[in-house]
Amino acid sequence: MIPFTFDYYRPDTITEAVRAYKELEGAGRFPIYYSGGSEIISMARVNNIHTKAVIDLKAIPECTVFENNANELVMGSAVTLSAISEANYYPLLTKACGRIADHTMQCKITLGGNICGTIRYKEALLPLLLSDASVIIASGNKLATIPIHEIYNHRLNLKKGDFIVQFIIKNKYLSLPYFHIKKTKNEKIDYPALTLAAILDEGRVRLAFSGLCAFPFQSPKIDTAWNQEGLAADAKIHEMINHLPGPVLNDVYGSDTYRLFVLKTTLLNLEKELEKMPCSN
Amino acid sequence: MFKLEGKNVITLTVNGEKRDVAIEPADILLTVLRDQLGLTGAKPGCLNGDCGACTVLIDGWPVKSCLMLAAEAMGHQITTIEGLKNAPIQKAFVENWGFQCGYCTSGFLMVCHSLAAIHPDADEYVMEEWLQSNICRCTSYEEIRHAIRSIITSA
Ligand code: FES
Ligand code: FES
Repeated sequence: MIPFTFDYYRPDTITEAVRAYKELEGAGRFPIYYSGGSEIISMARVNNIHTKAVIDLKAIPECTVFENNANELVMGSAVTLSAISEANYYPLLTKACGRIADHTMQCKITLGGNICGTIRYKEALLPLLLSDASVIIASGNKLATIPIHEIYNHRLNLKKGDFIVQFIIKNKYLSLPYFHIKKTKNEKIDYPALTLAAILDEGRVRLAFSGLCAFPFQSPKIDTAWNQEGLAADAKIHEMINHLPGPVLNDVYGSDTYRLFVLKTTLLNLEKELEKMPCSN
Repeated sequence: MFKLEGKNVITLTVNGEKRDVAIEPADILLTVLRDQLGLTGAKPGCLNGDCGACTVLIDGWPVKSCLMLAAEAMGHQITTIEGLKNAPIQKAFVENWGFQCGYCTSGFLMVCHSLAAIHPDADEYVMEEWLQSNICRCTSYEEIRHAIRSIITSA
């Protein structure tokens, strides 16, 4: 079914994985890191990607760790979306994971895979952006801890051979009031015309979007526009649209006009929902 | 580090038995189950993760075997429809007319079986979430809903 063959490597440690990548790269094998793997298989099936070696990260203990300790939630990059939903440590992330593909696929897709894959929507990223997650990266011989807004700024800034080991979220974010909605053109299970996630943190709303531009984003300017006091919702929305970080997507999943219409109506709904939230201003 | 370079024999645990298979690392689990082990209950449909006809259980959780490498399944418990022996959901499908042509049925049965084991008290919302992973071209949806409801304690 995959129209070419490749070799399969399953390292037990981060060091082995990094070394395998380096050696395979040097040998001209075009290695790719493999986590859930569903996107890699479906892309390979239609010859959209090519590799001679996959490095499966799922046997590396640090990549499968999943614990909520006194201070923070630690999620390995190879933790599946369904494991995240079942544990429900971070309800906003549970919501986001529950709307990616379908439930059976969520048992295979991993958090790292959703964020590092080539499919542009990366909807699991929104709660991580809103909670200012830290990201542990395996880079060369060492591990680096990097704020998510540095490693992801409209695109993932991972160097060749690096991979994400863990995401870490401070506990204070896990229980903040939140809003999450995914709008699709027709079917419930589809790519988004718009996914909007929001949290209410000390009376201030933070927003993150997928399906609106060619990349998911969270924007301080848009948050500031939304949080202005004494401005009607229509005027705030108008100002937010002026701050969009790129052109609005215009494709088979929704024209640009349709996506903007969905954005406006969703933000008006958000306004109503916020009135019902605890500690809302 | 486990390595699979070129064609090799590996051992899979399928329906509780150790089975040797000769695979290329790029072989998907679905074709290995069907072509090498003769376990043809998991069906090829879309081969793209959309239809659910190929669903099997990996350590008790439903997975679409068209989007899993056979190599990945090493060290895990694989359950196919052939491994269900008079499970309550099989009887419930018969009693509720949960199929017509039957092509999607093994996939639906595996999802329902897993759901009943993991969430025996699932509510309507959870049942719908899980079952949306599968497509029935004959549209037996209502009957399938009755079948799963009949074995879920809270329904
Ligand atoms: S054949 Fe696997 S999901 Fe359709
Ligand atoms: S019974 Fe025919 S496809 Fe479902």
